[in-house]
Amino acid sequence: MIEVKDITKSFGEQSVLKGISATFKEGKCNLVIGKSGSGKTVLLKTMVGLIEPNTGDVLYDGRSFTKMNFKERKMIRREIGMLFQGGALFDSLTVEENIRFPLDMFTTMTSEEKLQQVNSCLSRVNMVNTNKKFPGELSGGMKKRVGIARAIVLNPKYLFCDEPNSGLDPKTSLVIDALIKEITIEYQMTTVINTHDMNSVMGIGDHVVFLHEGLKYWEGNRDEIMKITDGELFDFIFASDFLKDLRRNAKVS
Amino acid sequence: MTFLEEIGGYLIMIRHAFSKPEKAAMYSKETFRQMADIGVGSLPIIAIISTFIGAVTAVQFSYQLKSIGLVPMWWMGSIVRKGLILELAPTITALLLAGKVGSNIATELGSMRISEQIDAYEIMGVNTRSYLVGPKILAAMVVVPMLIVIAVFLGIIGGWAGGVLGNFFTTAEYIRGLQDDMKNWDVIVMFIKCLAFAFIIASVPCYKGYTVSGGALEIGKASTQAVVYSSIVLIIVNFFIAFFLLDSGG
Repeated sequence: MIEVKDITKSFGEQSVLKGISATFKEGKCNLVIGKSGSGKTVLLKTMVGLIEPNTGDVLYDGRSFTKMNFKERKMIRREIGMLFQGGALFDSLTVEENIRFPLDMFTTMTSEEKLQQVNSCLSRVNMVNTNKKFPGELSGGMKKRVGIARAIVLNPKYLFCDEPNSGLDPKTSLVIDALIKEITIEYQMTTVINTHDMNSVMGIGDHVVFLHEGLKYWEGNRDEIMKITDGELFDFIFASDFLKDLRRNAKVS
Repeated sequence: MTFLEEIGGYLIMIRHAFSKPEKAAMYSKETFRQMADIGVGSLPIIAIISTFIGAVTAVQFSYQLKSIGLVPMWWMGSIVRKGLILELAPTITALLLAGKVGSNIATELGSMRISEQIDAYEIMGVNTRSYLVGPKILAAMVVVPMLIVIAVFLGIIGGWAGGVLGNFFTTAEYIRGLQDDMKNWDVIVMFIKCLAFAFIIASVPCYKGYTVSGGALEIGKASTQAVVYSSIVLIIVNFFIAFFLLDSGG
């Protein structure tokens, strides 16, 4: 479980996060949604320590991340996996070397054990026999899948995904969503996903936090979100007039 | 960013670059990869340029000394040797490498920053300044002196070829000059320059690349700044090393 307590963050005069508190549950897909510029990415980067908050705390199963020293943070980061928006695969390394990197750096496994673990992760994301390919030879969806394989190679307790569906076609997005959901349940991870894709919300949103202008505007699950009838969240979900009309007509009938 | 903030950021990066590695084997592997990139990749251009620098030094000095007429031509060996060891080989090689290696380093790190690869390392718990910057500086400090020594030897051969082909001196005269008044201190000063230049060539572009923010345009700017800044710093440091060391040990 990850708890975020009263996080604030400003860049110069601009206040991006204005006291966000939320709890992200274990074994669930926790979605942070909101319009572009609502503070989703800053919140995610604050949670993993890439950005320091001005005030507030992030607790990983009760362990205060913001109070940890450099060494303690390094240790807890080995329990964290992250899927970046563009995959963030290391260009100069092959798929196999990318996934093996955390094993090379942080474990004392033998070469055979590492290869076995790499192949197991590749198989889990349906990317067998791509070991020797370079990131430049992969499609967007394949990069995301390799990114997931790299994120889970050390069996993390916490998985963060920043816009996992950005740049993907709707069908591939569904595949990536399903994969993240399956892995979350299988590894019993606390998964936090940053998205503005409503298909993801309806498909895998066990717990949803809606941010608006740096504030937590709403919190609930995918069933509750459909009961919203007005306000900022309604405008976000039914961004087009077509969808709004469709919903009103459905209610009338 | 103000100038003082830039200096502060650079010094902090350098301090972290030499902190204790997570796994020594991974760091040494990365250092050897960088050594191959810097050394093997730069050898052909260094070889061509240093040979011709030696040749042109011999021809131009011979031409001027001949017109004076009072100086024996066997001095040419000594002039070419001293010029190459103390100034031409270290400085011209370093300036070339500042352009070639410096822009490569800044572009590589800048691209990694923009594409979130550096963040990916951070999330894994890797000390990125230590893993990405440290091996580059260390590799440069091993390889650049080797390249400069090669440049000195090739420059001396170039000087011999240029002078003999131009009938300015004989091989025997050139060899006599090469052996005349040889001071170990000159070689020590050359190696001090090599190490200082190597540090600058690698560390300044590392800083510019590591701190890039924005997009592709900023990577290009960082790469240009890396080359310009490291060349300027290099020339200034070159002056101070010559100013303080050349008279003290000779």
